[in-house]
Amino acid sequence: MGARVVLGGHEALAGVDLDVEQGATIAVLGPSGSGKSTLLRAIAGLQRLDGGSVTLDGRPLAGVPPHRRGIGLMFQDDALFPHRDVAANVVFGLRMNGVARAPATARVSELLALVGLEGREHRSVGSLSGGERKRVALARALAPAPRVLLLDEPLGALDRPLHDRLVTELADLFAEIRQTAVYVTHDVAEAFALGTLVAVMREGKILQVARPERLWASPADAWVARFIGLANVEERGETSFVTRPEAVVLGPAADGDAVVVAAHRDGPVVTLRARYDDGREITSAHAGLAPPAPGTRVAVSVDPDAVVEVPTAID
Amino acid sequence: MWHKLGSALLVAAAVSAAACGGSGGDSKEVVLVTHDSFAIPAQVKAAFEQESGLKLTILQGGDAGETVNRALLTKGNPQGDVLFGIDNNLLSRALDAGLFEPYAPAGLDRVDARYRLDQANRVTPVDHADVCLDIDKGWFGSHGIAPPTDLADLTQPRYRKLLVVENPATSTPGLAFLLATVARFGPNGWQSYWRGLRANDMLVVDGWNEAYTARFSGAAGSKGNRPIVVSYGTDPAAEVMFSKKHLTATPIAIVPGSCFRQVELAGVLKGAKNVEGAHALIDFMLSRRFQAAMPESMFVLPVRNGTPLPDAFRRYAVSPAQPLELPAAEIGRNRDRWIDQWTQAVLR
Amino acid sequence: MDTGRPTLSRGRTVATVIVPVAFLALFFAFPLAAILKRGLTSGGGLSLPAGTSQLLWFTTWQAAASTVLTLATGLPLAWTIGRFRFRGRSLARALVLVPFVLPTVVVATAFLALLPDGYDRGIWAILAAHVFFNVAVVTRIVGGAWATIDPHSAEAAAVLGAGPLRRAREVTLPQLAPALSAAAALTFLFCFTSFGVILILGGPGRATVETEIYNQAARLFDLHAAAMLSLLQLGAVAVVLAVTSILEARAGGAGTLAAEDDVLRRPIGWERVAVVAVLGVGALVLVLPLALLIGQARGSWGALFQETPALLVEPWQAAVFSLAFAGVAAAIALTVGGLAAIALARRPPGVIDGLVLLPLGASAVMLGFGFLIAFDQPPIDFRSSWWLVPVAQSLVAAPFVVRIVTPALRSIDPRLREVAATLGASPSRSWREIDVPLVGRAFAVAAGFAFAIALGEFGATVFVARAEQPTLPVAIFRFLGRPGAENQGIAAALAVVLAGLAACAALAAERVADGRGRTL
Repeated sequence: MGARVVLGGHEALAGVDLDVEQGATIAVLGPSGSGKSTLLRAIAGLQRLDGGSVTLDGRPLAGVPPHRRGIGLMFQDDALFPHRDVAANVVFGLRMNGVARAPATARVSELLALVGLEGREHRSVGSLSGGERKRVALARALAPAPRVLLLDEPLGALDRPLHDRLVTELADLFAEIRQTAVYVTHDVAEAFALGTLVAVMREGKILQVARPERLWASPADAWVARFIGLANVEERGETSFVTRPEAVVLGPAADGDAVVVAAHRDGPVVTLRARYDDGREITSAHAGLAPPAPGTRVAVSVDPDAVVEVPTAID
Repeated sequence: MWHKLGSALLVAAAVSAAACGGSGGDSKEVVLVTHDSFAIPAQVKAAFEQESGLKLTILQGGDAGETVNRALLTKGNPQGDVLFGIDNNLLSRALDAGLFEPYAPAGLDRVDARYRLDQANRVTPVDHADVCLDIDKGWFGSHGIAPPTDLADLTQPRYRKLLVVENPATSTPGLAFLLATVARFGPNGWQSYWRGLRANDMLVVDGWNEAYTARFSGAAGSKGNRPIVVSYGTDPAAEVMFSKKHLTATPIAIVPGSCFRQVELAGVLKGAKNVEGAHALIDFMLSRRFQAAMPESMFVLPVRNGTPLPDAFRRYAVSPAQPLELPAAEIGRNRDRWIDQWTQAVLR
Repeated sequence: MDTGRPTLSRGRTVATVIVPVAFLALFFAFPLAAILKRGLTSGGGLSLPAGTSQLLWFTTWQAAASTVLTLATGLPLAWTIGRFRFRGRSLARALVLVPFVLPTVVVATAFLALLPDGYDRGIWAILAAHVFFNVAVVTRIVGGAWATIDPHSAEAAAVLGAGPLRRAREVTLPQLAPALSAAAALTFLFCFTSFGVILILGGPGRATVETEIYNQAARLFDLHAAAMLSLLQLGAVAVVLAVTSILEARAGGAGTLAAEDDVLRRPIGWERVAVVAVLGVGALVLVLPLALLIGQARGSWGALFQETPALLVEPWQAAVFSLAFAGVAAAIALTVGGLAAIALARRPPGVIDGLVLLPLGASAVMLGFGFLIAFDQPPIDFRSSWWLVPVAQSLVAAPFVVRIVTPALRSIDPRLREVAATLGASPSRSWREIDVPLVGRAFAVAAGFAFAIALGEFGATVFVARAEQPTLPVAIFRFLGRPGAENQGIAAALAVVLAGLAACAALAAERVADGRGRTL
């Protein structure tokens, strides 16, 4: 609530209010430097707040050191303990909480199975592949059953197929065990895939918190719109008009008022960019297998319901 | 009976020395400050401790000069009660600084007059040794060269590259030898003598240790190749006594007329904590028992008349009746200047 | 900057700083100041003795030349020990420490016998002896660091087309830079303040600042000259240390520690030949003087158990005293040095890291004199106390502990501590679970070094030792100073014992270190 953090004279977090419901996954989305990591660290207690507070289940966490908050944290670079093997890494949190050996070992096996690494207890950390390391880090963070799990861009450095697969697995996992999670990322697709709610951050402030559908349908302002990939943002003074790309249809027409200048496939859709004769550009998302090729003259038709009016900037 | 008592005391002394580190604050303790060459057999030490009822603590570090300097450094609040190891070369420095309290020990009347260097009894003579030119008899024999018979011989070409001496600035025997040449050739002639030695390729080293054990061919186990060294008149005896094989003759001879008398003295330090104990210790140093043990442990000769010598010393140690000598006061006045002049003549 | 580290409680922070500072102040700064004051107030103003500039010049260039040669000799050894796993690796690491710990008198005498006539005095002998002593520093520090460098970066460079030389220059060298400059600085410091080697192998007329200080203070009793030269030496050493630590700070990055098990591998192909060659030459060079000593000691072993007039105790007991004192000294050094390392590791590398070595730049004789005049009145009249010996030894050993442990502490990824905290580890628990095992190896290495140094320490011990409790170096020196084959033989035998004890201590530290380095 009203969290403020000043780092080196610069407000890293400027009055952030965020409510996380139990069992929900909130994705915090924003560019680098927006303060997302700082927010996570503040929640975990690794970063002192210069203003505002963090409460968990109604209990304020001010003055509670990180090791007593019951909040788990998973870093982008795993930070596995190099001097211990897989099982020792995973069991660490359980040991800190004084869990006896037998139940702890059982839980370790349970978790490794959960993340798909059963039987790998005694592998050394250095011999794991990137994906395996992520899973171990996840298992380790989950082992002590934290009330909240914070993830700081955990899937940043992975190859695409692995990345996508893990995103799906994580989402399923969190749903299955009903883990409350705050997931920080700069990747829009990731945020949309994982978060029940998405919070968009910029320069230390949260601009909008909404479900992905809502976000896509009506972004809070022009910047948010651009950031989440709504490419067609037309600024007219105090207000801007945002047109969803999938609502733009480009039909080949010899007398059309635009020419396709670029086309590239992005998974299930092809993103087309067309330029009007007067220089403006518009982006269209085309599903299907035969989009108009670059150089084709097209007629642009926009579904009027898909145009949203938003403030250009909210303070 | 003495033997048994001695061994029992030895055991007790060893155990107490090893076990208690000593909190250093015993009131029944007497502390002796001395140089590295001081040595006393454990039985003799134990005998003193038993007789006097005092624990004897020995602090050693450095040679005679350094020991005196340490005493000068801590003047007024000395590290110990008795200083042993000051010699006739350093005497004036210590007396001028007022380091000692006078004391005339019991056995002084049995000491030959020529060793009593201080009439005011601020220091007591304990032993004497001569610094001489030692030669390796075997080397000269196998090379068919007649050994030198006099100091002056050493500037002759047939003794080229055969001599090793110690730097008088850094070595006590080195200094003694320098003083010997001053005594022999006079204050105006000694420098040209040294220039002659330098022209004859003599080797100068920093300390006796290196000169004797590493450079001198006559020292057992040495790989040195120089058969003439500035060392002590007791070395012929030492080499026999401490040789690994049984020797019937000594391998080392002394160049006649090359010896310079060194007298070693002890004194009660001003400001000593245990003055009575200091007196007892100095008395003991002049006792028959201590004087008889000195040759074997310190390679020096006793000053007490009539002290029996170990066999090897009786036979082989050299101490001429008329060695080269200089008055202590004259040494005190000129020593530093002579050392500087020597350095100019020899090293530069 | 964000404090990524969970801070220890205030009290603990203060303790890690106060204890080392107080120790240094009482046992180093205070006596040194006392003797310097005595010297400076005995007339002469602020003038340096004549010939000081030549002195300084000779001291500096011989130290620099020695350092370069030592680096050149030590790097191949560091490479074999730092990159490869082979049978006898622990033994090699331990043995390389032995020359370092032998008293200079013994080694210099052995070199005198070893080197051909004409070369056995003068600059080549000095350089050779310096290399002999200090190759351990380079091998262990650089080799130790090499063994924690992740080989992946070099492999990545190889894949990108960098040949072996290029890789060495652009990937390995920068990663090794902190260790290299640490080793170079230490070696330079030792050679700069080298005493016994210059004294014996330099011949008359060759003097460095350190030997001249000794000359002026102990022999000529010109305290003023000694004090001025001491200040000069301290100043020069401080400058050198400050410069190298600034360079080191710039060059080194934190980097993560790789576990040694993952880095070492068996040598293949040409590497095997190289390893054998390097080890062979190294063994020859290091073993020759030792073999000489053993030869000299033949027949004297029995005498170690007999009474002798030279010592108040039987010679073998000197070994017991040495071990006892060295143990106490190592414990003191590990405590004081460890606390200082913890305090230092919190800040980024800087000038203070270098200045930690300053006690090594103070002349032992001045420090000893300082003990004599500073600790002579109650309530601090402990100049005759037995425990001053291990304290003096620890003053020399503690800087090493700091220099070895601090970088290890720093290179612990701060994230690991944060993760541990979120998993429920309190700061002290996190310390135990994360920091301690990760620096355990460095700490064991530091313990071995500290013990070995204390064993062989002579310069400071000689001032405070009592005759009934001789250490091995003191005893060796006593026997060397007496004529007769038997005495020389006993000295050699004791030197062999000293070498053996040092090797065992180093081996034991290796064993412990290996145990910690392995993953559970």
